[in-house]
Parts: sequence; structure tokens; C-alpha cells
Amino acid sequence: MTRKQKRLAVIGGGMSFIVAAVLLVMFAFSNSVAYFYMPADLASNPVPPGTRIRLGGLVGEGSVVRGAGSTVRFAVTDASGDLVHVRFTGILPDLFREGQGVVTEGTFESGSDVFTADTVLAKHDEKYMPKDVADRLKQQGLWKEEQAAK
Amino acid sequence: MIIEIGHYALILALATAIIVSLVPLIGARRVDQAMMDVGPIGSVVLFALVAFSFGVLTYAHVVSDFSVKNVWENSHSLMPLIYKYSGVWGNHEGSMMLWLLILALFSALVAVFGRNLPETLKANVLSVQAWISVAFILFILLTSNPFARLDPAPAEGKDLNPILQDIGLAIHPPLLYLGYVGFSVCFSFAVAALIEGRIDAAWARWVRPWTLAAWTFLTLGIAMGSYWAYYELGWGGWWFWDPVENASFMPWLAGTALLHSALVMEKREALKIWTVLLAILTFSLSLMGTFLVRSGVLTSVHAFASDPSRGVFILCILLLFIGGALSLFAFRAPRLTAGGLFAPISREGALVVNNLILTVACGTVLTGTLYPLVLETLTNDKISVGPPFFNMTFGLLMAPLLVIVPFGPLLAWKRGDLLGALQRLYAVAALAFVAAVVFFYLQHGGPVMSVLGLAAGLFLVLGAIADLWYRAGVGKQPLGIAWRRLKGLPRSAFGTALAHAGLGISVLGIVAVSTFQTEHVLQMKQGEVTDAGGYTLRFDGMKKATGPNYTEDRGHFTIARGGVDVADVWSAKRIYTAGQMPTTEAGILTFGASQLYVSLGDPTDDGGIVVRIWWKPYILCIWGGALVMALGGFVSLSDRRLRVGAPRRKAKALQPVMEPAE
Repeated sequence: MTRKQKRLAVIGGGMSFIVAAVLLVMFAFSNSVAYFYMPADLASNPVPPGTRIRLGGLVGEGSVVRGAGSTVRFAVTDASGDLVHVRFTGILPDLFREGQGVVTEGTFESGSDVFTADTVLAKHDEKYMPKDVADRLKQQGLWKEEQAAK
Repeated sequence: MIIEIGHYALILALATAIIVSLVPLIGARRVDQAMMDVGPIGSVVLFALVAFSFGVLTYAHVVSDFSVKNVWENSHSLMPLIYKYSGVWGNHEGSMMLWLLILALFSALVAVFGRNLPETLKANVLSVQAWISVAFILFILLTSNPFARLDPAPAEGKDLNPILQDIGLAIHPPLLYLGYVGFSVCFSFAVAALIEGRIDAAWARWVRPWTLAAWTFLTLGIAMGSYWAYYELGWGGWWFWDPVENASFMPWLAGTALLHSALVMEKREALKIWTVLLAILTFSLSLMGTFLVRSGVLTSVHAFASDPSRGVFILCILLLFIGGALSLFAFRAPRLTAGGLFAPISREGALVVNNLILTVACGTVLTGTLYPLVLETLTNDKISVGPPFFNMTFGLLMAPLLVIVPFGPLLAWKRGDLLGALQRLYAVAALAFVAAVVFFYLQHGGPVMSVLGLAAGLFLVLGAIADLWYRAGVGKQPLGIAWRRLKGLPRSAFGTALAHAGLGISVLGIVAVSTFQTEHVLQMKQGEVTDAGGYTLRFDGMKKATGPNYTEDRGHFTIARGGVDVADVWSAKRIYTAGQMPTTEAGILTFGASQLYVSLGDPTDDGGIVVRIWWKPYILCIWGGALVMALGGFVSLSDRRLRVGAPRRKAKALQPVMEPAE
């Protein structure tokens, strides 16, 4: 091989690796990214079963039911009054409370309007509210300043 | 009064930093020795002032002076003393002070240990370091003053976030910042070289120890953070691909690439332009990490109470430094001459492949981290990019690197012999594969593909040993001579082998845990038993207990194997009284390199409690591998060859800082 051919081979190899990486990123974005929804969004624009989404809002007052074993049911609500039932098996975060902000991740199973969550996130500490939820609650006028200040 | 003196020292530090940022720079242009001498003296004075200021803040925390707003918000008089010290940086203002302290420390180290540097280069480097100091002191003084007072002073503090009340807070941030901020030295060297328009192999020799030191600390810092998250958050995970983790991981990837490209530059004068660019990018990623974490754009444990003006300020610093350095690069880079040529199959070639893979992988992490932020700004759509994305992109892209690593050190500079390397490694590869199959068989269960992952990890470890083996000539030489040759090898050869083997150990741990771990979530009542990882757990019931600033409900578990009790563990749910904040304190038992992880959930209606039990086989290998990597870094740092023109006593000076990590 001449020096020019060698250089072309090296550059070609490098570029093809980068192209492969870009394709991989695009493929991964189309497959493994979860959109954020609140109950009001789902009422107007339901997602097909099996699509992985993030569902956020407030844990409905009095909605938490601990069944036998480690499965918990609760409802996620927002200012619109819409409500989504959630089923979760596992241990809830320490700061999971009724009336507080929560973000869950999971899917709707086909033929059911219960959201099956595999992840539940609540606040990290007293000063913190999931940002996605806080932004939307501010828009809906449900944000209480003492909540932000605390 | 003392508080105000601390504040005043910080203002004096700003004035000093402004002087150091200008005078030596002008001195270097005019080749005026007196002006250039301002650099080292000024940098040491700057460090002294910042250290004094930091000391005052520490004093306020230790004596619980609640008239200082920062102390009142983040401390409590009943808190154990160690957390009063570490709580200094467990908040926004204090952590920025720590950032600044370490930045000033590195400037002072360059000033003190850089006696052999050419005068103009040293002056320029110290000036560039001082620019960064100016930016961050301004940031602290204008947006995040830790010395703000409250009048009247409250009687009691609001307490430190309980998650942070842990020994991890004393270790993780200082180590991480030593790494993060350490890359500022590489950045300053790169910018100084661009200002001078001259760069050669000697430059790489001066930069390499700093890169190596920063990389080593960053490795320890990330590993420590990961282990802390693992045991403290009670979720049993050790890496979440959380944007904040990515923010520290990206400089590590870029820094690893820099470490290798600087090697090529030092030995062969090739890849000059690329190395300079990489030095700039690595610190830019550190700055970006600081922006992401400190500005409040992201939500995480690290994002303390946020304030929009801070975000804008850091964004300005970010744009100024990255934009400025890259413009300078675009302007000056064509002036730098290209260096030695090499064949594609050679040590240089292997290191180029390393750089290609690491930077592209770093690019995918960057994309995954920033894409949600960009999308939200542009379209208001909120998305989350989680582990599936990163495992697919980063995982697949990094896989080839694991296979290539053992070949690198076996190839000669300039023109390598791939066939020779293959002949030396095929036995190693076969051994790794067989061992992986045996290991997989003994663990029963899990996807068969994981054999490849295990084999890759073992190949790295065995390949590193094989490298030393061949260098010493074991088998070809009589044993005595081989032993003497092994002892005669430069320390950097051992450093390389340790770092590569450490990577292999981490890979083994990662693959083993993700393949063989078991998880049970179940309801347990007193006296009930369950199985996990070959052990039997008996729940002995709950008990109430009180700590200095918390109360807890803790459950006792007895662990038995084959009917014999072998260990017991407490797992607790705590309530910190000051903030009424609950936390989970997982019970963790170590068996060899594996762990049993027990965390408590809520009580159920019929008197039981939800318990989550993980069996995490070989999980300690993940962090153990990182420790071995860092050990490789320290061994390499102690190599005499690195000390040409660079610090004679530096390796020793680093020792005390290293100890707490162990």
C-alpha cells in the first residue's frame, strides 16, 4: 500500500466507527427514551399499551392501598382532576407520601387502564421536588410557595 | 468578626488572582523576569488567602455559628463532629469554596514544583490558572457568598441533608474535585502552549504527571461516589446513568484518552494538535459538569437549592473559557507542526484507536445527557434518557476497546508486529475464555452472552500479566535473569499493567453482577426465613433505637448457610429529627467479593414488613478494579522518568491525600 492508501484506510476506519456510533445513538433514541406525561395529558392523548413513559403528578390523597405482599396501588392526579391508577411492586422511596409529587416509570398493559410502574421516584430530600412535576404544577397553579421554600 | 475576615480574605484573593492573571502574561511577552516572577509568588499567596477563607468557613461550621446563613441552613448543633467538618462542602456555597481551594492548590503546586519549567511557559500557565480562579471567586462573591450573616442569629440549625451525613461526604467530593479541577492544569498548559505558539515532546512530559494525578483522583472519586450511592440510597444500584454521574464520567473518559495521547506525543512527537485539543476538551467537560450540577438545570442529590442567577453565571464562565480556548486553538493550531509518522499497526496506532473509541463513547454519553435538556428548551417535550440508552450505545461502542487493550503494550512503536502480538496473546485469550466458561457454569443461570463479557474481563487481567511476563522474558531467560529484568522494568510498565488489569477486574464485577444477581421483594414477619444467594435469612423482628440526631426502626436478620448461623445484620429506616426526613439504611454483608444487601420497606397491615434482598455476586470487584486502576496511576506517578523537568517530590506530596481513599 502506498502512504496515501494507508492514510485513506485509517481515515475510512475512523469515520465508519463514528458513523456506526451516530446510527447507534439514533436507533437508541428512537427505542429507549421515555416521554413525560401527566394525567391530564393521558386523558386527552392516550398512549398505546406497551409504550414506556414517565408518569408524574401528585399522589392522590387516600389512594394508597397496600395489598398483601409487596404490591402497592396508588393514584396519580393533577390539577385537572384526572386520575391514573398505578400498580407497583417493590419498595417505595422514603419520601413517597400522599399529596406529594411523584414520578413513576413503566407501561400500560393492553386492555387495562392501570399503569404498571417498575420505578417510582419521589423527592430526594425536603428541599427537592421532581422538576418535571414542579414545572407543570406551577403552570397549573397548584404550586405552593411554602412547598418550594421548605 | 472572624467571619468578616474570611470574607475579606476572599476579596483579597480576587485582587491577587487578577494580578496573577495579567502580570506574568505580559511579563512572558516582554521576557521580563521580574514580571514573570509574580506568577509563582502570587499563586502561593492566592492559595494561602483561599485556604484561610476556607478555614474560616470550616471554623463557623465546627463551632455551629448559626449567625452565618450557610451554617444555619446546613448544620445542626447535635450533628457528629466529622459531619460538621464535611458538611462545609455539603452545600452549594461550600462546595464551590472547595472547588476554588483545590484550584488554588493546583496553581500553587505548579508554582512550587514547576521550577524546571521554561520561565515563559510557567508564567503563561499560572496566568491561565489565575483566569479560572478569577472567574470562580467572582462567582462565589457575587452569587454564592458563604459568609452571609443572619440577624438575629437563630438558636438552632436546619440540619444537613441526612443522605449527606455519611463518611462518604468526607471523601467523595475532595477526591472528585482533585480530579475534576486537576484537569485545569492540563487546560492551562494547553492554552499557554497555544499562546506561545510552540509545543514539543517536553510539553507532553510536563503535562503527563498532572494528567495522571488528576485522572487517578477522578478514578477514586467516581468509584467512591458510586459505592456511596450504592450503600446509602438503599436502591441496590451502583450506577444509574444519572446526568450528574455522567458529568463526572465524561471528563474521566476524555482524561483517559488524554493520558494515552500525551504518551504518544511524549515518545513520538505525534498527535500534537489532537492532544492540545483533548486537554482543552477534558477541562471543558469538567466545567460543563460543574455547570450541570451547580446550576440547578438538573435535579439530583447534588443539586442543592438552586438559583437561576447562578446558572446563568456558570454558563457565562463555561462559554467564555470553552469558546475562548477553542477560538485560540482554531487560530493557533495550524502553526503547530506535525510530528513523527507511524504505521497503522503500531503502538501509536493502537493508542489512536483507544482515543477514537474513548472520545466517541464520551460523545454518546454527552449526547444522551444533553439531549433531554436541548429538547425541553426547544420543544417543551420532557423525556428521560435512561440506562437502556447508555447500555446500548456506550456499552456496544466500548466493547471493542476491551479486546484491543492487551494488544497495545505488546506492539512496538512506529511499526508493530500484529502477528507476533497475536501469537503471544492467543494462549491468554484461550485461557480467559475457558476460565469464563467454567466461571459461568459454576454460577448457573444467566444469558450465555455474558460469557463473552467475563472472558473480556479475564483477558484484560491476564493480558496485563502477560505483558509483564514477556517483558521480563519469563520462559526464554533463566528464572534469575527474568526476575532481575522484571525488577528492572520502569515503574510506568507496572502502572500500565495495573491500570489495565484494574479495568478488567471492574468489567468482571460489572458483568458478574448484572448477570448473576438475584433480587427478592417479599413480605416478612418475625421468625420467617427466605433464601438468597445460597444463604438463608431469618427475620428476627424490629427494634427501636435512637442516634445523636435521629431515631430509627431497625430490623435484625440472621444469616445462615447449611443450617449454621454465619452472620447477622441490621437494616433500618431512620427519621432525622430536625427535618423529619426519613432515610433507608441498608444492611450489607460482605462474603468475599460478593454482598448480601437487605433494605427495609414499609410495614404491611398484618404486622409484617416489606423486605428487599439482593444477592450481589462479585460486586466488590467493580470498585476494587477502580482502586487497582488508581494504584496503577500512583505507581506510574512514582516513575523516575516522569520526573524529568517535573516535580521531584511530587509523588511524595500526593501520598497523604491518597490515604483516606483506602
